[in-house]
Amino acid sequence: MVSLPPLIELQGLSVRFGKREILSSLTASLRGRSIGLLGPNGAGKSTLINTLLGFYKSSAGSAQIFGYDIRTEVGKIRGLVGYMPENDAFISTMSAVSFVQMMGELSGLPADMALERAHEALFYVGLAEARYRPLGTYSLGMKQLAKLAQAIVHGPKLLILDEPTNGLDPSARQRMIRMIREIRDGNEMRIVLCSHLLRDVEDTCDEVLILKQGRIAHYSNLDEERRANKRFLELETYGANGDFTEAIEKLGCECAVTTNRMKMILAEGVETRDIFRLAAERQVRIRRMNFRRDSLEDIFLKAMES
Amino acid sequence: MAIYRRNYKPYAGALTPAWSRCFILFRYSRRNLFRSKFLTALFVVCFFYPVLCLLLIYLAHSASFLAELGVSSRVLSIDNEFFFRFMSVQGVLAFLLTAFTGPGLISPDLANGALPLYLYRPFSRAEYVLGKSSVLAILLSQITWIPGLILFGMQASLAGANWTWTNLWIAASLVLSSLIWIAVLALLAMALSAWVKWRIVAGALLLAVMFFGAGFAQAINAVLQTDSGHFFNVAYLMTTVWNALFRVDVHHAIPVGQAWVALLVYCAICLGLLMRKVRAYEVVR
Repeated sequence: MVSLPPLIELQGLSVRFGKREILSSLTASLRGRSIGLLGPNGAGKSTLINTLLGFYKSSAGSAQIFGYDIRTEVGKIRGLVGYMPENDAFISTMSAVSFVQMMGELSGLPADMALERAHEALFYVGLAEARYRPLGTYSLGMKQLAKLAQAIVHGPKLLILDEPTNGLDPSARQRMIRMIREIRDGNEMRIVLCSHLLRDVEDTCDEVLILKQGRIAHYSNLDEERRANKRFLELETYGANGDFTEAIEKLGCECAVTTNRMKMILAEGVETRDIFRLAAERQVRIRRMNFRRDSLEDIFLKAMES
Repeated sequence: MAIYRRNYKPYAGALTPAWSRCFILFRYSRRNLFRSKFLTALFVVCFFYPVLCLLLIYLAHSASFLAELGVSSRVLSIDNEFFFRFMSVQGVLAFLLTAFTGPGLISPDLANGALPLYLYRPFSRAEYVLGKSSVLAILLSQITWIPGLILFGMQASLAGANWTWTNLWIAASLVLSSLIWIAVLALLAMALSAWVKWRIVAGALLLAVMFFGAGFAQAINAVLQTDSGHFFNVAYLMTTVWNALFRVDVHHAIPVGQAWVALLVYCAICLGLLMRKVRAYEVVR
């Protein structure tokens, strides 16, 4: 896997609103293609994004995006960023195509090019049919897509998405997630996705930064984390005896047995088919099997408990 | 790239210069303004008086025609008071135009949370305010100092070089008095709309500031037996400054210098209020 240059470097970044410290000495080097910002409500995710965009001033420390300092080179950073805010953000009387065109022009695109790309961006996000309608008439899902269109119209190098699936129904959420994955896999943009929904981050990100009360609770590469994590197996059996348990333990698995139920942690190299084989050899009937890897939820819960 | 292909391509073309981007807001905002038939009609009405003035200037130089009408040429003297009257009428129309157009410039952006979308781009708050205020500045210029200078040019061409050189200061007064009025109106309208975020209420508030301000000023003057109440009357302050600029001999309740300072303080307060509200996100401390 090719190592990417650092996208965001945080060096003791702190943000304070009055007497309240919202972000406290954040230090990390984020370099994934798609980075998830996770945390419970009020953890400081949106504040971190707003600080990186130069909307809030840091009270201590610094941060760089693509090597540009957020305090002194915010203009250069803003030229490279596309941002989809969490809340409603549009001009209700404008048609989607005019709105996206204007946003493209404000990013520096010439008027004719901005118009062309506004059409392309709206086609890309799936609003082609509705692009001449005023944004005020759009449904919530369509407004989210229009926000995504304005964020990508100027071809940014970094796309910051703040709760992109907020308020979407399941099918609209699936569409949004699919689109984010497509953008990520296109390798033209790197993504920072801020969400409190673990599923969204798990589906779209390869790195995750978990915030808790304004501090970094955990930062890791999700693939590596998944590889390193244990695999759990839960069995409901009929006819199992000590021999079956012993055979499983001989494979190197940790095993805990209650009446008709077994919980085990599979050893390296042991697959579920090995368990089936052992059960068949000992005439043990397996009535139910539940297999799972350590999920992002486990990682998140561990980070929250730490 | 053909638009039917639903794949994403980055932009690699040239970018427009950063200084030119505040005119983008002007272009889009102006396009929206003239969608309203009422505003278009009001804008047209604003040119009636300049056209009438143009006719009067022409008549003032048509001695034979005036003689036929039996009107003395002294009745139609084109002097500083003529241009002061022009400025006063157009000033009122400029205020009405501002009351209907100004609040709609910023409040929709604030009400719909669109400011983060403007400000995360390489586009500053100052450029945003400049872009939005340029809509009013250009609109009001079209009904104040631009027709004023056309009238002055017409008079100059008919009256000759001697009159022109003697009264060249009137042209400067026209431009200066218009610009200060435009600045006051634009900043007041935008600051109010930024604070109330509701177009109609902001328009009503602008009218209230002018009319209730005048009433409040009179009340203070009457109760406290003073002239200081006039500082709350923006229209009075402006008229005082215009009187001085057009050298109209009228008694001023407050000195002209203080009227200038008061107007500049109003502008500074409005600018401060505006910059406080024009932010991507408000910080709740």
